[in-house]
Amino acid sequence: MAVESKLLSGNEAVAQGAWEAGCLIGAGYPGTPSTEALEAFAKYDDVYAEWAPNEKVAFEVASGASMGGVRAMVTMKHVGVNVAADPLYSMSYIGVNGGLVLFAADDPGIFSSQNEQDSRFHALGARVPLLEPADPAEAKFYVKQAFAISERFDTPVIVRSTVRLSHTKAVVECEDRADQPRKEYEKNPVKWVMMPANAKVRRKFVDARVAELAEFNNASVFVRADYRDTNIGVICAGVTYNHVREALPEASVLKLGMTYPIPDQAILDFASRVDKVYVVEEASNYLSMQVKALGVELSEFVEPIPPDDELSPGIVRRAFGIETPEFDRFDGALPPRPPALCAGCPHRLVYSELRRMNAVVNGDIGCYTLGALAPLSSVDSVVDMGASLSMAHGMELARQFSDKSIAIDGRPIVGVIGDSTFAHSGITSLLGTVYNQGSGTLCILDNRTTAMTGMQGNPVNGITLQNRPSRELDLVKLCEALGVEDVQRVDSQNLADVRAALKRAVASDGLSVIVFCSPCRLLVRTRKEPPTISDCKRCGACLKIGCPALGTDDEGHAKIDETQCIGCGQCAQVCPFGCISSEGRE
Amino acid sequence: MADKINGATTVLLCGVGGQGTILAADILAKVAARAGLQIRLSEIHGMSQRGGSVITIVRFGQTVLSPVTDFGCADRIVAFEATEALRYLPYLAKDGKLLVNSEEIVPLPVLIGAVEMPENTLEFLEQRGAKLIDSTKIAEEVGNPKATNIVLMGALSTELDFPVEIWEEVISKRVPPKTIESNLAAFAAGAKAVSQE
Ligand SMILES: Cc1ncc(C[n+]2csc(CCOP(=O)(O)OP(=O)(O)O)c2C)c(N)n1
Ligand code: SF4
Ligand code: SF4
Ligand code: SF4
Repeated sequence: MAVESKLLSGNEAVAQGAWEAGCLIGAGYPGTPSTEALEAFAKYDDVYAEWAPNEKVAFEVASGASMGGVRAMVTMKHVGVNVAADPLYSMSYIGVNGGLVLFAADDPGIFSSQNEQDSRFHALGARVPLLEPADPAEAKFYVKQAFAISERFDTPVIVRSTVRLSHTKAVVECEDRADQPRKEYEKNPVKWVMMPANAKVRRKFVDARVAELAEFNNASVFVRADYRDTNIGVICAGVTYNHVREALPEASVLKLGMTYPIPDQAILDFASRVDKVYVVEEASNYLSMQVKALGVELSEFVEPIPPDDELSPGIVRRAFGIETPEFDRFDGALPPRPPALCAGCPHRLVYSELRRMNAVVNGDIGCYTLGALAPLSSVDSVVDMGASLSMAHGMELARQFSDKSIAIDGRPIVGVIGDSTFAHSGITSLLGTVYNQGSGTLCILDNRTTAMTGMQGNPVNGITLQNRPSRELDLVKLCEALGVEDVQRVDSQNLADVRAALKRAVASDGLSVIVFCSPCRLLVRTRKEPPTISDCKRCGACLKIGCPALGTDDEGHAKIDETQCIGCGQCAQVCPFGCISSEGRE
Repeated sequence: MADKINGATTVLLCGVGGQGTILAADILAKVAARAGLQIRLSEIHGMSQRGGSVITIVRFGQTVLSPVTDFGCADRIVAFEATEALRYLPYLAKDGKLLVNSEEIVPLPVLIGAVEMPENTLEFLEQRGAKLIDSTKIAEEVGNPKATNIVLMGALSTELDFPVEIWEEVISKRVPPKTIESNLAAFAAGAKAVSQE
């Protein structure tokens, strides 16, 4: 078998593992830190991969592929597992035909998510096995094992990653693919049709399967007990194992590769052979809770491990009372450097108008979430994908019961959602508002891509993961078909049009949808000459749009950084004195 | 170059989204791998891409375990922007080396007048033994303004034990073919800039 060493990220290793395991179909929805797993898988020969509109759809597509007899993988970020939870919990009862693997990537430390949830609890809830690789090489190996376990035990299998696995690169030995013949599909309603009578039968199967899996796990490659100093015994899993080994090279360590169902006998055995047992885990009590439930008494840390945020070797050392090195620091105030909408971003003028109108904005998830930051500061809520439109409907409903003292009185309520997010779960939200005769103003920011996660195709732009022909979604027609009577399409780079459209929409009593359309700057990178500023009145209006190319000189006059400016002309449109000229820009 | 915890060397690259830290880290990791060492390269994507503060950690040695590092544990810090050097200074090990691009990029909160840039950044860094490199200017001089990241890798190469040939080989494979020559020139100029001092 040809073996080749490659520098792969954890995500790329997951793709390689799926490919080597003979997985034929991949489906998913982008989301940091999971995205590159499916992107990398899509690049292999002889596989089919697609972005689904959301994680639930992706999971169902993969479930169908499994039913049809081929190995299938579905990828998503942690919050995506919530969206896919519905099919996951029932596919647990059904099991599989071809192997079915869910790759879920968590974000401890909240680098790019709305929460720090631990998706491993879904394995407990759905009662499906969960594997936790510690590094890219192990990720590849575990994914291959996951397919085998899936078919042997008739269950979907979750492979769980975290940022520090997904986005850590290491050398991985890559092997050849082991082709898997397609399995026959045989009609079997007791297995595949989850109505009460059948589900009751399968429910018992699930219990038996979990017991068998625990038994299997006890003697599997996923359990590694290394005895060194037996005074301290640490139980850990995933990337945490590396922090523990580095921080406590002398300690005995029980590394768990499958943390649901946990290997009860192996844990009890380890606990009996060391003096003090500790569970080290990241931003969660998922593992310690299960270990305690076995009756193992856990010792106290010298310095408690914080319940939130990601781990490091230093945190582990402090937990065991080991000194960490001294360090230097700069004592002065440092300016924060948050991410910002790009120079020329098509989302910018919509937000500067919404702020000017003093609108209450129910926002959503994407680049346009950055409209919440100063100076735009125009987003009031961000919860989960699709929530903007349904929450705006709920805010409108609450307003009915308001008296003058309520802050939203008199202020327009506006929902703002991106194109990919609208396709993900905004369509059903809008349908709910139409159906219930709701009112308000909903803005769809169509920048022709899924920008935040790295420019993926989506149903709106009609670009597919493996560049197969597709079709664009006509958002205006769709909204009209759903029953919205007032739908406008507006160029989001034209301030006068943006202003007029919003003004008209909030003035109307009914429901209005505005589709703001203009491509993301990373799609169309053309640059024009920077505008010139003359006779600036220092009013500061242009600074309020938050363009990273626009600042002031020592005297407070607006000044353009020509290396960053892309000549979009947004600043020229907002200057009330016409001091910024974009003439000759074309 | 011993790390405080085990035998691995830790290099932290920090800067501003879009400055090419990720490519530089990739080159460094490949150089270490080519030299027969184990490596871990850990980066943060996502929100950091839109001009935010970014950090990438590269660790290499006979065995490397954790992909992350702690305050006081980075053997080398390469800051692609001077203010970011201040932000990540606590990571520097006591006997660590700090290489800094002397350019300062003003973040949005300063542009809109909400906060101010720190004063005397470069002086402070020099006092702490930082080597300042005008990599923006050097890159322009060799005719490839985009190669500031490669200039900084050239400077870093003088602080690590890898043969120049490996660096050149990896860079030649990793950059667009048309720019190989100017990138190698940028690398050499970066190395020269720090060894002249
Ligand atoms: C359930 C769920 N899945 C995935 C994500 C990750 N995610 C965050 S923003 C985003 C893309 C948003 O794209 P779009 O709505 O087109 O806005 P843009 O970034 O282009 O402005 C995705 C996929 C998430 N936060 N939640
Ligand atoms: S990537 Fe595109 S959508 Fe995101 S901030 Fe930049 S221009 Fe705007
Ligand atoms: S034209 Fe104005 S708004 Fe557009 S990028 Fe240049 S400075 Fe920024
Ligand atoms: S909006 Fe016009 S007058 Fe006001 S600060 Fe900007 S350039 Fe000067």
